Amino acid sequence: MAYYETTQDYINHHLTNARMCSTDEGIVFNKACEDVGFWVWHIDTMGWSAFIGISFLFLFWRVGKKATTGVPTKTQAFVEMVVEFVDDSVKSSFHGSSKLIAPLALTIFVWVLLMNLTDLLPVDLFPWIAGMIGQYGFGMDPKDVYMKIVPTTDINTTFALSIGVFILIIFYSLKIKGIKGFTKELTMQPLNHWAFIPFNFVIETVTLLARPLSLSLRLFGNLYASELIFILIATIGYLQLPLHFAWSVFHILVLPLQAFIFMMLTIVYLSLACEEH
Amino acid sequence: MNFNATLIGQLIAFTVFVAFCMKYVWPPIIAAIEERQKKIADGLAASERAERDLELAQSSVTDKLREAKDEASKIIDQAKRRASQIIDDETQRGHTERENIIAQGYAEIEAEKNRVKEDLRKQVAVLAIAGAQKILAREIDAQAHSDIVEKLVAEL
Repeated sequence: MAYYETTQDYINHHLTNARMCSTDEGIVFNKACEDVGFWVWHIDTMGWSAFIGISFLFLFWRVGKKATTGVPTKTQAFVEMVVEFVDDSVKSSFHGSSKLIAPLALTIFVWVLLMNLTDLLPVDLFPWIAGMIGQYGFGMDPKDVYMKIVPTTDINTTFALSIGVFILIIFYSLKIKGIKGFTKELTMQPLNHWAFIPFNFVIETVTLLARPLSLSLRLFGNLYASELIFILIATIGYLQLPLHFAWSVFHILVLPLQAFIFMMLTIVYLSLACEEH
Repeated sequence: MNFNATLIGQLIAFTVFVAFCMKYVWPPIIAAIEERQKKIADGLAASERAERDLELAQSSVTDKLREAKDEASKIIDQAKRRASQIIDDETQRGHTERENIIAQGYAEIEAEKNRVKEDLRKQVAVLAIAGAQKILAREIDAQAHSDIVEKLVAEL
């Protein structure tokens, strides 16, 4: 907390992403991007999530390339354990045949899990390192250097995931049920009478839209809250050590659970989209 | 929490990751897993089959062993019976042989005795004639009285 005048400043700093945008003066960062509007990029979110995703896929890809059917290495056994866990989850909930669902579920589960797990890294470590680099490398005020490493505490990440899933829900609904079947599902349920078509349509549309919305807000809310509490605990002096420990232990449960819920609900929603009536 | 272009970036990253996972990551791993599962299932089935085969072989071995024992005892019995029979036969034959030999011996002895008797008789006759000749040398012509001597010899 050395650089910050008030607790408020500290919390605000730790909850702000590193931003990048392009203006008339060229590419600018952080505070200069405040009035730009939509075309701002959170470079920390994107960088960390890409780094995590590429690391995960690289590891799994290498294991897959060298996979033996005989006695597996320890890494292969671990990767196979994860893959089998996801495969079992998919097989228990999704009864259609799709080559996409299982890899999608695997990507979501492992990627979200790893992004969530960055929440357990010390809250000050990466902002401090980034501040040092900014100060001594570029001569910036460390207070103006932002580094929020947990990508799932950024609503853009969680919404990107749920919008991806939502597009797949629409795609599979149209593919399996056809335009006619999908329209019928939206207008003829739950009350199967022509007079209730507008009523049904409103209800069903809300149901449909609530899925990606709840999916992303659940993950975002959980992670944002947990990150905020880590930051709050960090402001209370020496007592923070046992509290950090307790909160971290609790999050060993919460973080995988959130990743699992996201994967499971994705499978369930897609299975509903593929179901024929 | 504000929406901005990051959303688009993350959506692209998500799409790329899923596509990569679907094309290069998932298929080889799941193929390896399923192949191994099949191998293990096959191995288990094979071991079960082998166990059953072993059981079968063991029971057949026991059968064969018992059969062989029976056969052996039967052969031994037969051999014993045969041996005692041979002994009986031989003993019988020996007895017969002995009796034959003895009978032959008796017959030979009898024949010898007869021959010797005959010889003796002839000798006695010759001696008697010689005696008679000596006694009668002077008055009896050997030629004229030989028929009397012959008769004497026949009577001996």
